Amino acid sequence: MQFYIQQTLNALQVGSVYALIALGYTMVYGILTLINFAHGDIFMISCYVAFFFSTLVISVLAGLPPLVVFVLTMLVSMFFTALLAVVIERLAYKPLRTAPRISAVITALGIGLLLENFMVAFKPVGPAPRFMPELIPNVIYNIGGVAVSNIQIVIIVVSIVAMVILDLIVRRTMVGMAMRAISWDKFTVPLMGIPVDRIISLTFALGASIAAVGGTLYGMAYTIDPYMGIRIGWWAFISAVVGGIGNIRGAMLGGFILGFVEIFTPVFLPASTYRDFVAFSLLLVLLIFKPTGLLGRPMVQKV
Amino acid sequence: MSLLQVENMTHWFGGLRAVSEFNIDLNEGELVAIIGPNGAGKTTVFNLITGVYRPTEGKVVFQGKELVGQPTHKIIAGGIARTFQNIRLFRELTVMDNIRIANYARVHSNPLASMLRLPAFQREEQEIYDRSLEFLAIFGLDGLYDQPARNLPYGQQRRLEIARALATSPKLLLLDEPAAGMNPAEIVQLIDLILMVRKRFELTILLIEHQMRVVMGIAERIKVLDFGQTIAEGTPREIQNNPRVIEAYLGEEETA
Repeated sequence: MQFYIQQTLNALQVGSVYALIALGYTMVYGILTLINFAHGDIFMISCYVAFFFSTLVISVLAGLPPLVVFVLTMLVSMFFTALLAVVIERLAYKPLRTAPRISAVITALGIGLLLENFMVAFKPVGPAPRFMPELIPNVIYNIGGVAVSNIQIVIIVVSIVAMVILDLIVRRTMVGMAMRAISWDKFTVPLMGIPVDRIISLTFALGASIAAVGGTLYGMAYTIDPYMGIRIGWWAFISAVVGGIGNIRGAMLGGFILGFVEIFTPVFLPASTYRDFVAFSLLLVLLIFKPTGLLGRPMVQKV
Repeated sequence: MSLLQVENMTHWFGGLRAVSEFNIDLNEGELVAIIGPNGAGKTTVFNLITGVYRPTEGKVVFQGKELVGQPTHKIIAGGIARTFQNIRLFRELTVMDNIRIANYARVHSNPLASMLRLPAFQREEQEIYDRSLEFLAIFGLDGLYDQPARNLPYGQQRRLEIARALATSPKLLLLDEPAAGMNPAEIVQLIDLILMVRKRFELTILLIEHQMRVVMGIAERIKVLDFGQTIAEGTPREIQNNPRVIEAYLGEEETA
């Protein structure tokens, strides 16, 4: 029993990171029907921003309370990652907005490769895996035979708070309402006095900054490297599709489902190396029986 | 005083001249109709004024400012609103949210403030909510505020679309065939509605319409388009008796 509780906690930890990244895929798809394949690599960049900033702060301003360092690191990573995503959107995707969809998708793949290889070639980063400095001293509690670390709790709680805030923004604010409106009718939205380009930029910024929340949290628990965005990006993308791409709550649900797939695969199958097999099989089976994902609704073809 | 001046506006779609040397001078408070057979370029004129298309040639001046080259959302925020021939409500949003979204240009809080739910943001949201409810009451839609727009019957969708257009606080309202698909009783109501909002919101109105009852009943001036050309212009009475208009609508008389 303890074993399963332990694994469930681990699954929630991994799943919350997938969920945070999946949100970026789903939001951009919702508004532009573009699959932003660079998003996993944008997540990778957010880890490095957090890595460099926290290293700098800890060496220059030693003695700051850990909580301050943690919050600052997360905010700085959110800001720069959002900025990067907006620049990418403006330079690479916006000129292709009226081009066939496949052009934008290929461009997104190209941007992803560019980011990966730039980080490998960039001397201060390089291909070697890195450890982020310890932002919060690791403490492990033993609750009835289940080992719970404070970092694990921080990752789960902060992720859930970030998701609730995002959900509120999309559901309650004017900007969120404008995002949803663009996803239904791009033609009418500017005729309501709404600047579509700015809303699209904001969508990219929001998606990237919530991925940066995930990136900072991820860096606190695992090593980072320039190619990490590929596998994690794919898993987050599957999460978004499983939940129903374009659907915010679906992405969150999908993220946690994939977290459970990752953690429980080695429990039931001989090795953890089966996890990609299980994840992609799940995707294939789901697409056969429910092509719109768990919470997605079928697209109505407009005439 | 002149509110809108369109000078020699011409628009080509590839090799097709959809609008040709279109001119109009709208004074504040006027109600002018544009009529013409299908495909005459009437809706294109609206799309050109609101920046959906950029005219190939010509000038559009609104309140002394040139509009050509400005993005649509700025033109709308500057005081022009329109409705659509085929209703284009946000069908999945509630009646209330369809009005709220038209207040976007009035919102000043940035998303960061929204996230932190600052008092200023909440006050603004409350203001928009109250204002939207007021709009719905004027149009007799307040009882339906929480319904998705798609659930409304056709006539009420038309009313909601006009309400939504007015929620952007326009000076000039462009109505694109508001009576399309309406029965005679609904048309009478629509005429009353147009006259009411015109007075209440001190609007200048440019109207595209096929229903002669509406056009002849409320327009002060009429412009007639055919194949993108202005073929006649004048008061309703002058237009009714103009042989070129009759020809465009009914075809040339046979010379037997």
